[in-house]
Amino acid sequence: MSLLEIRGAALRRGDRELWSGLDLDVAPGELVAVLGPSGSGKTTLLRAILGLEPLSEGSITALGERVTRRGNRRIGYLPQARPLPVETPLRARDLVALGVDGHRFGPPLRRRGDRERIDALIEAVGATSFADRPVGVLSGGEQQRLRVGQALADDPRLLLCDEPLTSLDLANQQAVVRLIDDHRRTGAAVLLVTHDINPILGAVDRILYIANGRFTLGAPQDVLTSEVLTDLYGAPVFVLRAGDRLVVVGAPDAEASHHHHDDGGVA
Amino acid sequence: MNWSDVGDAMFGGVADYAEILALVSNSVWAGAILGLVGGLIGVFVMQRDMAFAVHGISELSFAGAAAALLIGVDVVSGSVVGSLVAAGLIGWLGSRARDRNSIIGVLMPFGLGLGILFLSLYSGRSANRFSLLTGQIVSVQNDQLGWLVAIATVVLVALVLVWRPLRFDSLDPQSAAARGVPTTAVSLGFMLMLGLVVAVAVHIIGALLVMALVVTPAAAAMRVAAGPVAVPVLSAVFGVAAAVGGILLAVMGTLPVSPYITTISFAIYLVCRVVGSRRDRVVRARA
Repeated sequence: MSLLEIRGAALRRGDRELWSGLDLDVAPGELVAVLGPSGSGKTTLLRAILGLEPLSEGSITALGERVTRRGNRRIGYLPQARPLPVETPLRARDLVALGVDGHRFGPPLRRRGDRERIDALIEAVGATSFADRPVGVLSGGEQQRLRVGQALADDPRLLLCDEPLTSLDLANQQAVVRLIDDHRRTGAAVLLVTHDINPILGAVDRILYIANGRFTLGAPQDVLTSEVLTDLYGAPVFVLRAGDRLVVVGAPDAEASHHHHDDGGVA
Repeated sequence: MNWSDVGDAMFGGVADYAEILALVSNSVWAGAILGLVGGLIGVFVMQRDMAFAVHGISELSFAGAAAALLIGVDVVSGSVVGSLVAAGLIGWLGSRARDRNSIIGVLMPFGLGLGILFLSLYSGRSANRFSLLTGQIVSVQNDQLGWLVAIATVVLVALVLVWRPLRFDSLDPQSAAARGVPTTAVSLGFMLMLGLVVAVAVHIIGALLVMALVVTPAAAAMRVAAGPVAVPVLSAVFGVAAAVGGILLAVMGTLPVSPYITTISFAIYLVCRVVGSRRDRVVRARA
């Protein structure tokens, strides 16, 4: 049984078709990376799975339920994030706590068990040492670990990550990859949008590469080749291997030509 | 300027202070609850970067009150209507920050101009005219004070009930929406509450000075605290201290309330900045 089923999905922005005919199944314990140039609708795909944006066509079933409502607490979501302002009136633990009780209306009182859950999440993401510091003074890596903790609050069986490694140094990239990978090993499915495959390459099972209104889906070694990407982009693209890193050369970035059509929602 | 006149204006009523206090006790209560609710909502105003919106709403609230004065209906209702129209427009048209600022910039002079027009056409007591701009709580009648207290109380209760989703939405609207928080409704609800608080504040401190009770206390609290309880509590304490302290000091003499409130509020902010800059140094040294 797959935890995520996408059938015949299409996304159009005005006259421009970003992709169509997308079928995707993600199995328990599987990590699928979504690659592609800016403006290719990767973020929108994640938001559609959460019910926050409609597809132009097709259907999504997440965790056995057709996606119809806005928002879904059974899915973990790590949106692309900027650093928080220094004066943000929250401590590290409060950022994690938002995942536990941030959605609850009513007087802001903790329920029994909330505190233990929050402590456990903080420990799981290695944030115990800075749990009581203001979030605004923490580094990008520390903030990102807290966000992972927030996203894992309900132990989601499906985790969606949008550029979780952007602007992190190497050590923090590895720490965040390890957290995501650990969660996947508990049997959760992970869909991860990234522009740089290298930090996560060792953990990826399959790649969905979207470009030029088309996409290709397969194992990393089958997708990340000069032939496949040249065919996908319709222009000469080279995949070079440098040590254990891959470099994609010559891929035209959709951002340059199309960015002004976007609403900022497609990244 | 004569120093003894200044002394009279400031402290002329000290001899009869107990009697004066008995007369203005309702105003003190209204000031206290506005300080409380203004301090609390101010934390979200800061987090959502809406200080400018507060100013925009207050000018239209002033226009509404002036229109009510002119056509002879209840002034409090007038300011509430003006506030809610402004809050609704800003919430509806300005969901994105840049749009919002331009809409406020357009609305604000229009509201202020309308208000001044209505006031010039108004032929009643002239003391009423400028109190809407610069505030004079002690001249507000008791039945109206009751309304102000009731409105502020309703907002206080509503604010506590939406506290956590509102905080989530203010910090990270995308995650909040993904977790099922009805972010559009929460945002509009917040604008509604803000509009009501501003309408109350217009009568207590005046349209031009609303920010001293809705922005300054929260800004001060955020300089010295970071906890999700400490910041709103401190902000509310600062708001109450400024509002109540200002009224208590002002009734000693004949000067208006507003400069006292704004000065106390500003002094608290200055102290917090100094204390906060020390804290920042310590925190950065530890980081």
